[in-house]
Amino acid sequence: MKPRPLGYSRPESVAEALAALAAPGVEAKVLAGGQSLVPLMSLRLAAPDVVVDINRLTELSYVRVADGQVRVGALARHAEVLASPAAAAAQPLLPKALRFVAHPAIRNRGTTVGSIVHADPAGEMPAVLALLGGTVCVASAAGTRSIPAGEFFLGPLESAMEPDELATEVQFPVLPGPAAGTGFAEISRRRGDYAVCGVAAMAWLRADGRIGGAKAAYLSMAPSPAVIDLTEAVAGGMPDALSFPAAASLARSRLQPEPDIHATARYRRQLAGVLTERALVDALAEARETIDA
Amino acid sequence: MSAAEELRGEVPRAEEPPPEELHEVRVVVNGAARTARVPARRLLSDCIRHDLRLTGTHVGCEHGVCGACTILLDGAPVRSCLLLAVSADGADITTVEGLAAPDGTLSPVQQAFSECHGLQCGFCTPGFLTTITAGLRAVADPDDEQAREMIGGNLCRCTGYQNILASVHRAAEITRERAASSSPAATKRAAAPAGHA
Repeated sequence: MKPRPLGYSRPESVAEALAALAAPGVEAKVLAGGQSLVPLMSLRLAAPDVVVDINRLTELSYVRVADGQVRVGALARHAEVLASPAAAAAQPLLPKALRFVAHPAIRNRGTTVGSIVHADPAGEMPAVLALLGGTVCVASAAGTRSIPAGEFFLGPLESAMEPDELATEVQFPVLPGPAAGTGFAEISRRRGDYAVCGVAAMAWLRADGRIGGAKAAYLSMAPSPAVIDLTEAVAGGMPDALSFPAAASLARSRLQPEPDIHATARYRRQLAGVLTERALVDALAEARETIDA
Repeated sequence: MSAAEELRGEVPRAEEPPPEELHEVRVVVNGAARTARVPARRLLSDCIRHDLRLTGTHVGCEHGVCGACTILLDGAPVRSCLLLAVSADGADITTVEGLAAPDGTLSPVQQAFSECHGLQCGFCTPGFLTTITAGLRAVADPDDEQAREMIGGNLCRCTGYQNILASVHRAAEITRERAASSSPAATKRAAAPAGHA
């Protein structure tokens, strides 16, 4: 339950961090909040040669809204994103989902960018990024690039990042215009535990007030966040409906979850249907509020 | 290698690993500046217990599930088993030893746990005390739901949590009582009879 002997580097600038990550023949891991990396090292599931501790890179500690994106720097803790009124106003899904990320003590240290880079299929924030079609900005000694969410998550704990790259920022698109809303629903065995199933949803209304469309992203249901377009099941419906059986059935039919000690695949699929409906009700209530407001 | 050789201790030893590089960590713990020299892999929980000799912080699961090792890092509750000690360099840390007043007067949360039987074996208690201390700073008068959310990340295998919930509410009450009795108006009231005598 203790990490293996470990090299340690604490860069004072992004350039220094990138140089440390680029060192040849050395397996380096970026340490930000460490709420996933440290337990993995303690359990010896991860044993990097060096950790590159970016906690001094305070220039990456920001949450700001600009150019239609909520931009979250690599050192912004979950708790800071959750507490940001600007982020909540621009993209209400962020606080809705962040409340389900572990416990307050974990959110005080863990970073939102870190949880996305960790690419855990049971993670809330990867699903949020996938649903919104956000972007991960990464840098290496060779330069910078932006990776769309759709190309970022390759599998369980596997992303499109290269070992010498540092994710500097994640961009969550703001809620598009009026008449759109978001919802989040999750079931876990105990509060703060990994989700047995979770759903992030976005829905929007037509000019005539009926439902225009919806999509949802699922956690713990596939090797990486699964995004399903629910529009065919909900378009034209009444936005104040309390159940969406067609959407639930569409979600159940598209998802092929694995069983584990917490839940059978059948139970997970059942949850996906129920939680899809709950998240849609939530999202459509928010969409109607944005029109009334 | 014969059994006899083995008994004589002639088993070739595995080569000693090279000594690990040590890093200096300067922290303020419960108001006192402390320094430790630790390898990079030292968890903050182990640094607090072994290097700083403050064994009030308990180590339960060592992977962030149980909450027993919760400390306050720059005022916010965090799991000390999920931090490398080197990473905490420069931080202000409060452990359970730092909650009571210097004269030994229990903090409101400690007093409430004592009054409400918020502990049995006491193993999880340091984590609850630090968590609730910070929790009540953020939410001074929590309702039941907020109290449950506050302690949702800490496991207790004895109490069944009901007395801990009662302790959260009682701690909020004691905090208010102490604030009222130390306010200028209250001090004046308390001083008045002496003036008459």
